[in-house]
Amino acid sequence: MTKQEARLGVDIGGTFTDVVLEVDGESFSTKVLTTYAAPENAIIDGMHQVCTKAGLTPPAITQIIHGTTLATNALIERRGAKTALITTEGFRDVIEMRTESRFEQYDLNLQLPEPLLPRQMRYTVPGRIDATGGELVPLTAADIEPVVEAIAVAGYTSVAIGLLHSYLNPAHECLVRDVLAKRLPDVMISLSHEVSPQMREYERFNTVVANAYIKPLMKSYLGRLEGRLREEGVGCSIFLMHSGGGIISIESAADFPVRLVESGPAGGAVFAAHIAARYGLDKVLSFDMGGTTAKICLIQNQTPKTSRVFEVARSYRFKKGSGMPISIPVIDMVEIGAGGGSLAHVDAMRQIRVGPESAGSEPGPACYGRGGARPAVTDADLVLGKLDGDNFAGGSIKLDVKAANDAMLATLGTPLGLDATTAAFGLAEVVDENMANAARVHAVENGEDLSEYTMIAFGGAAPLHAARLCEKLGINRLLVPPGAGVGSAIGFLRAPFSFEATRSVYMTLAGFDGPAVTTLLAELKSEATAFVRTCAPDAEIIAEYKVYMRYKGQGWEIPVTLTAQQAQNPDPAAFEALFEADYTRLFGRAVAGMDIEITVWSVNATTPPQPVARVQQDSGSSIAEINSTCSVFDAALGSTVEAKNYHRNKIVSGATISGPATITEDETTIIVPASRVAVRQPDGCIDITTRETDE
Amino acid sequence: MNSPSNVAYQVMWNRLISIVEEQAQALVRTAFSTSVREAGDLSAGVYDARGRMLAQAVTGTPGHVNAMADSVAHFIRRIGRETMAQGDVYLTNDPWEGTGHLHDITMVTPSFHNGTLVGFFACTAHVVDIGGRGFGADANSVYEEGLYLPIMRFADKGEVDQTLLRIVRGNVREPDQLVGDLYALATCNEIGHRRLIEMINEFNLPDLTGIAEFIFDNSRRATLERIAALPRTTASGEMTVDGFAAPITMRVALTIEENRILTDFTGTSGLDPKGINCPLVYAKAYACYALKCAIAPEIPNNAASLEPFEVYAPENTIVNALHPAPVALRHIVGHFVPDTVYDALDKILPDVVPAEGAGCLCNFQISLRPLDTAPQGAKRAEVLTFNSGGAGARPQVDGLNATAFPSGVMTMPVEATEHAGPVIIWRKELRPGSGGVGRQRGGLGQYMEVGAREGYEFDISAMLDRVDHPARGRRGGGNGAPTTIARDDGTPMQGKGRQSVPPGTRVRMAFPGGAGYGLPAERDKAAIMRDLAKGYISERSALDDYSVSAEDIEKVKDAIRAGEDI
Repeated sequence: MTKQEARLGVDIGGTFTDVVLEVDGESFSTKVLTTYAAPENAIIDGMHQVCTKAGLTPPAITQIIHGTTLATNALIERRGAKTALITTEGFRDVIEMRTESRFEQYDLNLQLPEPLLPRQMRYTVPGRIDATGGELVPLTAADIEPVVEAIAVAGYTSVAIGLLHSYLNPAHECLVRDVLAKRLPDVMISLSHEVSPQMREYERFNTVVANAYIKPLMKSYLGRLEGRLREEGVGCSIFLMHSGGGIISIESAADFPVRLVESGPAGGAVFAAHIAARYGLDKVLSFDMGGTTAKICLIQNQTPKTSRVFEVARSYRFKKGSGMPISIPVIDMVEIGAGGGSLAHVDAMRQIRVGPESAGSEPGPACYGRGGARPAVTDADLVLGKLDGDNFAGGSIKLDVKAANDAMLATLGTPLGLDATTAAFGLAEVVDENMANAARVHAVENGEDLSEYTMIAFGGAAPLHAARLCEKLGINRLLVPPGAGVGSAIGFLRAPFSFEATRSVYMTLAGFDGPAVTTLLAELKSEATAFVRTCAPDAEIIAEYKVYMRYKGQGWEIPVTLTAQQAQNPDPAAFEALFEADYTRLFGRAVAGMDIEITVWSVNATTPPQPVARVQQDSGSSIAEINSTCSVFDAALGSTVEAKNYHRNKIVSGATISGPATITEDETTIIVPASRVAVRQPDGCIDITTRETDE
Repeated sequence: MNSPSNVAYQVMWNRLISIVEEQAQALVRTAFSTSVREAGDLSAGVYDARGRMLAQAVTGTPGHVNAMADSVAHFIRRIGRETMAQGDVYLTNDPWEGTGHLHDITMVTPSFHNGTLVGFFACTAHVVDIGGRGFGADANSVYEEGLYLPIMRFADKGEVDQTLLRIVRGNVREPDQLVGDLYALATCNEIGHRRLIEMINEFNLPDLTGIAEFIFDNSRRATLERIAALPRTTASGEMTVDGFAAPITMRVALTIEENRILTDFTGTSGLDPKGINCPLVYAKAYACYALKCAIAPEIPNNAASLEPFEVYAPENTIVNALHPAPVALRHIVGHFVPDTVYDALDKILPDVVPAEGAGCLCNFQISLRPLDTAPQGAKRAEVLTFNSGGAGARPQVDGLNATAFPSGVMTMPVEATEHAGPVIIWRKELRPGSGGVGRQRGGLGQYMEVGAREGYEFDISAMLDRVDHPARGRRGGGNGAPTTIARDDGTPMQGKGRQSVPPGTRVRMAFPGGAGYGLPAERDKAAIMRDLAKGYISERSALDDYSVSAEDIEKVKDAIRAGEDI
C-alpha cells in the first residue's frame, strides 16, 4: 500500500490562523487566534488540533502549504523593520515623487501617501549604468563606504538597494551589497534587480523597499516555523503560496517576502475559482473578509484575473494610484482595511469611520475580553445579534456582549447621542458601504456590471456581511461554501504546483535568432520543470510557453502563447502571425510595416488542474429544521427582527430556509436577511438568492 | 417597449464612464510616444449621434476637457454626416478645431449599430514630433510649427489612406513612432465602439437618446444646484508671468449668476510673437477645470455639466489666439489660468482655493544629433519630458511636492526616457527650500540635470516659466522659489526657446516651488521639525522663518543620525 496522502494548508490572517488537513479526500479544519509575537505557535496548535481530529500524528503529514497576510499587514500598518534605501545619486526621491501626478484630479485638498521610508532614511551613491547596460560612471568601494558607515551608526537592520538600470546590469547593485555585507554581515539586503527585474524605477524601487521593509520579520518567522515543525517531528517539505497563485520554496520566500504579500488572498481566489468550476459559473465576485482586511476579486470563466503590478494599501477611497505599486506576478484584486477586527472612531465631521486600523487578535475586539476598549466590526456584529456569543469559534472563545456594548457607547454612542444598537448599526453600515464601493470601483475599472455576478463568500467575517453587500450591489445570488471560514487554506491545497521561469531578452523579429530561442526556451523549461519536480516528483508536468511582444517603440507588451512545437522549432513568421492575431483580437487592427520585438520570455511548468465534479444543483426539496429563534438586526429593514436559527451541520441537502435567519457553524455565522431565501446544495454550499416577490 | 428604469440608466452611465476609461487604457497600451504611453497626455470620450459628449475618461489632461467636447461637432460639419460609413476614422491636428496645438492628434470614429449612426468616439494624444521647427516656443506662426492635417479621413470604410501616411512619414522626424500612434488612436476608438455595441445589445436600446437625456438632465441639475448655492457677485483677479518676448498679465472677472458662471478675460495681454499663445478652447478648458474643482468636483464631465461655465476673451488676447498665431506651447498660458481664476474666486469663496503653485509643467524637449565620434548607426532623436514643480499650499494642508497642478499628466520614468534616445538624466530629485514658507508650506520644486550620451550634441527646447515671477503666497504665506536654468559651466540660459548645448556640457535646472498659505509663525511645530528632518527646509530657514531653537535643531540632527523617524 502506498503511503497515505496527508496535506496541510495553513493560512495566517490578521486575526485568525486557519488550518486544514486533507487526508485522502477527507477534510479537517480549525481556526486558532493568530499569535502575533510568534505566529508559528498558532500553526503548531492548529496542526495538533486537526491531526487529533484526523487521528494521525504530525510526522504523518506529507506536505505543508502555507500562506500568510503577515507581510501585507506589516506594509499596510507600517510595522516593518528599521530600513534604509541606497540609491543612485541624484535620484534620492524617486519613491516619494511617485509619478508627479494626482490620482484624483478634482480634489483640491488631495494628500499623497507617505513613502515607506522618509527622506532622511534614503542614501545615495555615485556610479551610473546607462540604458544599454553599459557603465557611464564607475562605482568604487570607497564611494560606498561612507554611506555604509552612516547606516552602521544609525543601526538599520535591513537595507534596500535600488540603482538605475540595474535590471540590465546588476554589477553596481552587487558591489553595494558586497561592501555592505562585509561591514555589516547581519544586515539583511534586498536588491532591486533580484526582487523585480523590470524597467521603470518607481515601481522597482518601491518593490525592493517593500521587500526590505518586511524581510527581517518574515525571514525570522519562516526560520522559526521550520524549526518548530521539525521539533514536532514533521519531516515533509514546506511550501509557500505566492501572490500569483503558485507555490515557492521556503528559502525563496524568505529571500523575497514581498512575493508573499497577497498569498492568503491568492489562495482564496483559487478556492473561489474551484467552487465556480463546480457550479459552472463564468462570472463570479469572490469576497473574502477576514479579521483585518477584505479582498474582492473578479473570477471570469473560472480563472482569477492576474496582473504584473498591483497596489498595496490604497489610501484614498480605494482609488487606483493611491497606494504603493508592487511589481510582481499577482492575482488581481482589491484589498481594503475592513475586517472583523477593524476599529471604529468618530471623525471631526462627526461621521463614523471604520478601519483600516485593526484590533488584530491581541487585544482583539472589545468582546474578546482581552483589554480591547474601542469597538470593532465584530463587536457590532455581536451587538446586532448576528453572532452568537456563546458559540463563537465552536464555543472556544466566549464573546462578552457587555464589553461590546460598553465600547460601542464609549466611542460612538455617547459622542453621537446613539444607543448601542444604533451605533452598532451605523458601524456595520459604514463598513459594508466601504466594501460595496470597493467592489463597484473594481468592477468599473474592469468594465463589468456586478448584477450579473454570483458572489462567493468566505473568510471568517464574510458570511456575516456578504448578504448585505449583495443587497447593496444588486447581486442576486450568493454562495457560501463549506469551509468558508478557512477558504484560503483550502485554496492552497487546490493550487497546482507551478513555477514560472522568466527572462528579459530583447529580440526583434528582424533580428530573430532561431537556435538561440530554442536554447533559451529549453533552459527556461528545464529550470521551471526542475522546480516543480522537487514538489511533485512523479506527477505529469505541463509546460506553458509565453512570450511578451510589442511593436518596437511601444511601452507595453501583450502576452502571446506558443505551443511546444512552436517553442522547439521557432519560426519568426509564426511568431509574427500569432502576435498580429492576438493584437488584432485585443485592439482591432495590426500596425502595418512595423518591426516587432520580444521583451520577456516565460515558461510556466505546472501540474494539471485537479479534476472538478459538477454539482447537481438542488432548487429546494424540503424545509430545514429550526434550531431556535433569536433577535437579529436587519439592515435593509433598519430594525431588529425575530429570526430563525439553524445549525449548518444539521441542514440536509435540498433543505430551504427563508430569511430572516442565522445559520451558525463552528467557524462563523451566515446571515440570511429578510430579502433572501437559502437552499443547501448537495456539496454543502448554502445558496442564497433574492426572494421572488409576489406579483 | 418599456423604457429602461432609472437603475438601468444609472448602470449604463457608469458603464459609459468605464468604457471611456478602457478606451483611454487601450491608447496607453498601444501608443509609441512616451508622452502618451508613460505620461498619459491623452483623452478619450464618447458622444451621442448629435456630437454631444456623454462621458470622458479622467486622464492627465484637463486642457482637453472642453476642446474634446467641442471637437466632434467640427468633424460632423466638415465630413458631412450623410457621407459617414462604418469603418471610417477621421483625424485632425487643427489647433482651433482640435485641442490647441499641432502636436495633439484628435481622431473621431462614428459608431454604427445595425446600419444606424448611434454615436461617436473621439480621442486625442500628444505626439512627440509633428515636423516643422520641433516642439518649442520659437515659431513666428503656426505654419512653422509642423505638418497641418485638416479634418479628413484616416480610414475610409476600413481602408487606411496610404497617401496620407506617405505625406505624414515624409514630414516628421520620427515617422514610425507617429504612424504607430495614429494606429493606436484608431485602435482605442475601436475598443470603445465594441464595448458600446455590447451595452446597446445588452439593454436592447434603439439608440443612445434615452441614456443621453438621463445623463444630461442629472448633470445639469446637479451643476446648477451648486452654482445656485454660491453668492451672486463679481470679483476680479490677475497674475503676471514671464511670457517669452515680454511678461504676460492675465486678468479675469468672475461673475456668478443664478444659472451660470461667466469668466471674462478682458484686460489680458495681447499675443506674444512666439509660440506660447493659447486658442480660446484650451484656456476655456482650464477655467472650467479650476471652477469645477472648487465648486462641483464630483460631477462628471459631459456636454451638460460643462455648459453653465461660460468663458469670454477678446480676440487676439493671449488666451484667444486666432489663426495663424503660433500656439505650440499653448499649455504654458493655459496652465496659469487656474491660479488667475483662483485669485478672483478667493474673494468670493475664502478658505477654499490654494496659494499659487508652479502652474505650468516644467517641460523640455531634447533634440540629439550624432557627432563624428558617434557609434556606427547612430541616429538623431527627439526626447520629450514632462516634469512638475511644487503645488501651492492649501488652506488646511501643505502644497504637494513636485506634483502637477492643474495638469494631471505623469512624469516619464527616467529609465523609459533614456530608452527613448541617447539622453542621460543625471539628476531628478526634490529641491529643498523651494516651497514658500507659511502656516501651510508650499510644495517643493525639483532639480533636473540633463546631458547627451558621448558622441552626441543636443539642443534643448525649454518650456519653463516663473523665472522672474515666482508663485505668490496667500494670506501671509511666502513666495515659492523661482525657476533657474544654466549650463553646468555656469553659462546662464533662457527659460524658453531652443538653445544649443556644446558637446560634453549638461543643463542644470531648478523647477519652481509652490507658494505658502498663512503666516509662518502659525505653523505647527511638529510639522516644522519633520520638514527639517526630511531636509525640506534648511536649518537657516528653521531658525529665521520659523524661530526653531538651536536645541530643537540638534534634536532633529540626533534623530537622523540614529535612524529614527520624527
